[in-house]
Amino acid sequence: MKGTSAVELVGVDKDFGEVNALSGIELTIGGGEFVSLIGPSGCGKSTLLRVVADLEQPSAGTVTVGGKPPRQARVDQEYGIAFQQAGLLEWRTVAENVELPLHVHGMAKPQRQARAAELLELVGLADFAGSRPSQLSGGMQQRVAIARALAPSPRLLLMDEPFGALDEMTRERMQAELLRIAGETGAAVLFVTHSIPEAVVLSDRVVVMSPRPGRITEIVTGRRPAVGKAAELDPDDVEDVRESSAFFAAITAVREALRKGHEA
Amino acid sequence: MTTSKVPHRFANLHGDSGVQVGKTVGKFGWLPPVVFGVGALALWEVVVRVAGVPAFILPTPSAIGAQIVAQPAVLLSTSWATGLNALVGLVAGFVLGVVLALLAASSRLLSDLTTPVVAAASAVPIVALAPVFTTMFGSTTEIPRRLVVMLVVIVPVFIATARGLRQVQPVHAELMTALAATPWQHARFVRLPGAIPHIMTGLRLAAPAAVIAAVVAEYFGGLQNGLGSRISSAAANTAYARAWAFVAASIVLGLLFHFAGLLAERLVTRRTLRRTP
Ligand SMILES: Nc1ncnc2c1ncn2[C@@H]1O[C@H](COP(=O)(O)OP(=O)(O)OP(=O)(O)O)[C@@H](O)[C@H]1O
Ligand SMILES: [Mg+2]
Repeated sequence: MKGTSAVELVGVDKDFGEVNALSGIELTIGGGEFVSLIGPSGCGKSTLLRVVADLEQPSAGTVTVGGKPPRQARVDQEYGIAFQQAGLLEWRTVAENVELPLHVHGMAKPQRQARAAELLELVGLADFAGSRPSQLSGGMQQRVAIARALAPSPRLLLMDEPFGALDEMTRERMQAELLRIAGETGAAVLFVTHSIPEAVVLSDRVVVMSPRPGRITEIVTGRRPAVGKAAELDPDDVEDVRESSAFFAAITAVREALRKGHEA
Repeated sequence: MTTSKVPHRFANLHGDSGVQVGKTVGKFGWLPPVVFGVGALALWEVVVRVAGVPAFILPTPSAIGAQIVAQPAVLLSTSWATGLNALVGLVAGFVLGVVLALLAASSRLLSDLTTPVVAAASAVPIVALAPVFTTMFGSTTEIPRRLVVMLVVIVPVFIATARGLRQVQPVHAELMTALAATPWQHARFVRLPGAIPHIMTGLRLAAPAAVIAAVVAEYFGGLQNGLGSRISSAAANTAYARAWAFVAASIVLGLLFHFAGLLAERLVTRRTLRRTP
């Protein structure tokens, strides 16, 4: 782990009126660490991510993002964010969509364009720079959204079920891509998912949550492929992880934790 | 370098699945209305002659046609004067309508101030203000007519734009918040481009209304250089066929604006293809 932690949550509660969405959340994400949030629907995964992103204010507790209050972190574009929907702007080309965060931050056009070209290369869409988003498949659009999230070189990537709408094969390919990108950029990732294998294969740590009130019940060590290999990571390496016995052990551990949370 | 081969779908690249603006007219789509129009004129001529309808009720198309042929220069110059008023008013009203809608969308207070005013304006017969403006600005200027046109245009443009600006996808709104975009950036990058199809529909609806307003505004006095003033003075002088010749020119001018509006809508909307969810 390098330097300061990417995210620190201390005693965080979040209430929506009567609904106790988050309760007593304690979580620290180290620099470059990949952390997944998993749990039944309505247990507050999105709320937790949105609190970190300063899209929601906690009712109690303190949140620090890259050593700053969340609002400052948002204004400084300390984090990049990707949602379940790619949410690309149809009136901009693919490259212009990637440039959007830089455009908002007032970067000059030549630098913006150079950065977008670099990122499209990274996500393997260099040939589509001038295309319209509607000309791309769902998986390609999601990769554009990830490139957009990476544009300001954030130290933290927040992702809320970004692969939820993709078919299984595309999804596995995207997971390998994300691992490679996270390895190359060294960014920490907070990743919400409903898939146990996805959480295990991607993460350093899998955070298991339970509902009413939303809280962390257990943290399981994931099976993220070693960082050293990440630069040359290809789907086969991830495939190896998927077939290892440690992978199945971790899956079982997460499943047990989810079941316990459900019974509690 | 890892290049992944994700299968891509070019569903919208070819074909016309994207937007549907107005009606698609086939190759001979113009034929039925033309046949209908010619037939109606012929019927009109026959009925008026056979029944002996007096000219002050309805002149024959041939008499009107003779008037048109007799004074093309006057028809052109008056059409130009009225058309220019309609155009100036249309442009001014369009810009103001869009700007007002943007302002209304940017703040709760401004929205509360402007929206009821515009809603009320849509119930006011705005051309009825023409004599008031003529008194205010004098009868030797085009300003009263242009003002009337502008006010008539603002209403549909404001309403269409406001509707478009309101229809922001939640994921886009969320994204702009996450990027700490200013309200102005939000408007410029997301709201306004997303609203363009709506804005253009507002323009298309307003374009022929601008001509109607420009013509009718002339009925209430002022300069005698446009179609409306010629219609009313010809009618007052019992030159009914001549009055109808100017009415015909107004129709042509209205159609011209209508089709220009339609064309503008199609061109602009096609360029900013809206996404099919
Ligand atoms: N804006 C809001 N207003 C009121 N209640 C809310 C709001 N956002 C979330 N909630 C409630 O908070 C709880 C947690 O919601 P959240 O969206 O974080 O769940 P989640 O774990 O992301 O669920 P899913 O897996 O279905 O996405 C739910 O009970 C939800 O109804
Ligand atoms: Mg959610």
